[in-house]
Amino acid sequence: MKRRKGTSDSLLTKAGGELDDRFKLAGPARVLFNKVFPDHWSFLLGEIALFSFILLLLSGTFLALFFEPSMAHVTYEGAYVPLQGIEMTKAYESALDLSFEVRGGLFMRQMHHWATLLFMASILVHMLRIFFTGAFRAPRETNWMIGILLFWLGFFEGFFGYSLPDDGLSGTGLRIMEGMTVSIPFIGPWASAALFGGQFPGTSVISMLYIIHVFVFPLLILALITVHIGLVFAQKHTQWPGPGRTEHNVVGFRMFPNYVMKQVGFMLFIWGVIGAMAGLFQINPIWLFGPYEVSVVSSASQPDFYVMYLDGLIRLFPAWELRIPPYFTLPPVFWPGIVGMGLSVMLPLLYPALERRFTKDRGHHNLLQRPRDNAGRTSLGVMVVVFWIIGVISGGNDVFAEKFDISLNAMTWAGRIGLVVLPIIAYYVTYRICLGLQQHDREVLAHGLETGILMRDPNGRFYEVHQPLAEPDEHGHTELEYNGWVVPKKMNRIGALPPADKGFFKSIEEPSEDGRAERRDEIESGKH
Amino acid sequence: MSAHNDSNPPEPVDLSNPKLSRFEVYTEGLRRDDIEIIHYEPRFAKPGTKAEKRMERIVGGLFLFSGLFATAFVVAYIWWPWEYEGAATWRDLQTWYTPVLGTTLGLSLLFFAVGVLTWAKKLLPVEELVQDRHDGGSSSDDRKIAEATVDNMVEDLGLKRRPFLVKAALLGAAPLGLAAIAPLGALIKDPGDMLTVTGWNAERHNNGEPIRFMMRDGAMVRPDMVSVGGQITVYPAIDHGATNEHPTSPVLLIHLRDTDAETLRKNLYPMYQDVEALWGNFVAYSKICTHVGCPTSLYEQQSQRLLCPCHQSQFNVVDNAAPVFGPATRHLPMLPFTVDEEGFFIAKSDFLVPPGPAFWNRPSLPEEDEK
Repeated sequence: MKRRKGTSDSLLTKAGGELDDRFKLAGPARVLFNKVFPDHWSFLLGEIALFSFILLLLSGTFLALFFEPSMAHVTYEGAYVPLQGIEMTKAYESALDLSFEVRGGLFMRQMHHWATLLFMASILVHMLRIFFTGAFRAPRETNWMIGILLFWLGFFEGFFGYSLPDDGLSGTGLRIMEGMTVSIPFIGPWASAALFGGQFPGTSVISMLYIIHVFVFPLLILALITVHIGLVFAQKHTQWPGPGRTEHNVVGFRMFPNYVMKQVGFMLFIWGVIGAMAGLFQINPIWLFGPYEVSVVSSASQPDFYVMYLDGLIRLFPAWELRIPPYFTLPPVFWPGIVGMGLSVMLPLLYPALERRFTKDRGHHNLLQRPRDNAGRTSLGVMVVVFWIIGVISGGNDVFAEKFDISLNAMTWAGRIGLVVLPIIAYYVTYRICLGLQQHDREVLAHGLETGILMRDPNGRFYEVHQPLAEPDEHGHTELEYNGWVVPKKMNRIGALPPADKGFFKSIEEPSEDGRAERRDEIESGKH
Repeated sequence: MSAHNDSNPPEPVDLSNPKLSRFEVYTEGLRRDDIEIIHYEPRFAKPGTKAEKRMERIVGGLFLFSGLFATAFVVAYIWWPWEYEGAATWRDLQTWYTPVLGTTLGLSLLFFAVGVLTWAKKLLPVEELVQDRHDGGSSSDDRKIAEATVDNMVEDLGLKRRPFLVKAALLGAAPLGLAAIAPLGALIKDPGDMLTVTGWNAERHNNGEPIRFMMRDGAMVRPDMVSVGGQITVYPAIDHGATNEHPTSPVLLIHLRDTDAETLRKNLYPMYQDVEALWGNFVAYSKICTHVGCPTSLYEQQSQRLLCPCHQSQFNVVDNAAPVFGPATRHLPMLPFTVDEEGFFIAKSDFLVPPGPAFWNRPSLPEEDEK
């Protein structure tokens, strides 16, 4: 036993030596193995996007083996009976064949679609984390901008992807894109003709979108993800404030084995979830939509969720058309569709620079901020989130109207008014909440924790007993400074109460014999 | 230098000392990377305890379960009946092909994931380390050297002494850049009249002969084919008239009730009165929404409204299909039509204004500004 171990050790040493002779790895490898990473669950949100993207590359490659991006006309004679004998494009036919006549093809299609949704959703949530904690501040503005570009590349990559099967729903999406394109002043009709090879829908757009979807954009996304992660690595991760954590250090655990093992486990976990979803939950059943025909559409035509807010804005925008007779028209869709999208790209892209300009904060920041500690930014973020959510809801307002039996027009008006009013209210409410939380932190630091124990003094006055966090002065005040991190708000946070038993099915920690369990009861019932 | 080093930094060790333990050599590596151990201890104080063995068994079991489900996935992928043979019920095995794939692959991955994570969280040493960040640019020496190097490079190239070369290079590079993107111009096509002329243009598509109304299956349309209050979608009876080759041609033919037709005749725009766009109680509207081009396919007989399901623009059928709600700003163009001597509907002309979404140079007729 011992002998074998010895040989394997020296084998490893030998292999390492051979590698080092050639690539001079010993130094850099040590730096890599020992690199320290801070630990917080929210730092893993971006990783979900990365792992979904890997799965997208894999499942997309499988789909590309069978999909034919051609708009040539064929008559369907495949396995799916309701569509037999129907005229359609080769693209739609091959997407149907992928679903019915390729072994595991439907599974792969659904995996590709679910992975896309998870990719976009995790980018959004990751972005919120970065925004609300101020992680985008110097020196990390570049990486924030790369992240925003990644979101928009993903947005169009996803849109192009679900446009490829050329089914009834995806054709409707392209039609709306065409309507938006022609609305651009001066170049609109020309841009549309270039995109569709003449009149919409033409015979070339699917093959053009295909090469963009399977080559150009994946390459760009891959390149940007590489730079994104490279910068996180080089600039080192931000960390929450806490004991021993400063702007100049990183507190956490080593890259190898701890961090990498957790990463691998997490990656497999994400893949497992997507795999299970791909098998169990139907997504985009293209065979129900039929081939795209310009004269056919049904209600409840919704894009994927990340496009929905834009569709919602287009639905809500009033019928305001600028006409300068006889030869100039600015259609209403131009404002939400083109200007709205442009602003949605540019404002987030420039936000770090704008914040720098208005706060005149030129420092480097490696410690994160709690959202409450920057009330202005947090309120602005919540405002945008509320605006976005109203857009998303309005993107499905026909479905809401139908399911909840509300007038469709009332939904539209609620959206229009809500879009203007609710973000302002959200800003105010969030601002007040942030200030309240700040104040409560300071209060606890100055006066101590609320114990929940009410006392009555001889005069009949009731008061609550406070547990100071340090030795109080003669007025019962403590001079503790707020350091940007969680202030304990409950007695068991400072160890006054023994922790409740852990364990899911059976108690892991048996009640100890020194009577701590009773003590807990006594404290809770206010005897101490 | 480093903020956390309140205590003395560890001394460098002599690596040639043969008495050094592996851990001492290892910590010397940490020191060289400015890493300090705050806390580092094995997860189980005594190796080989019952608790440790138990955890090992759990992790091992998870890996083995993962392998089991992965095998099940491969077996199911190959041997589970999968071919689609028409509508199936839940009793048919092929109904379960995709769910079985998802469950087996998903569980396999999840078991392996939980195994790895449990290993990391329950068996690896408990550790907390702190590393210097070295944030905020290079040392002043490095900056100075880099600056001098770049200046030297500029000097070698003579960029300052040879302004002509710089200008010439820029002048040469600009067209070269253009040349690189010029081939994209192959995509550019003159939109021509694609947005204004439709399949109803008799000169273009039917040698000047009037174009009949055709249903999707190719049947010509007669007045008796639409009952009162009913509506059908019709297409120009030309080659591929009902296909996507003529995307702005689909027309909604509505047979109005007497009272509704009367209202419409009263409301009719002068341009439609001039060409007598209606035929009896029949009216033909472009089906393509004037907002962004979805088909306005929902017809509500009670309120006489046409609704576009994409963005909910609504059009009043008895008032020239003028928009009454939603983001659309223009009425659905009316197709002037009549009936030929054989009793079939024919178009009198193309639409008077272009159907479909607006664009910047869309020709507008003065009559169209109904407001």
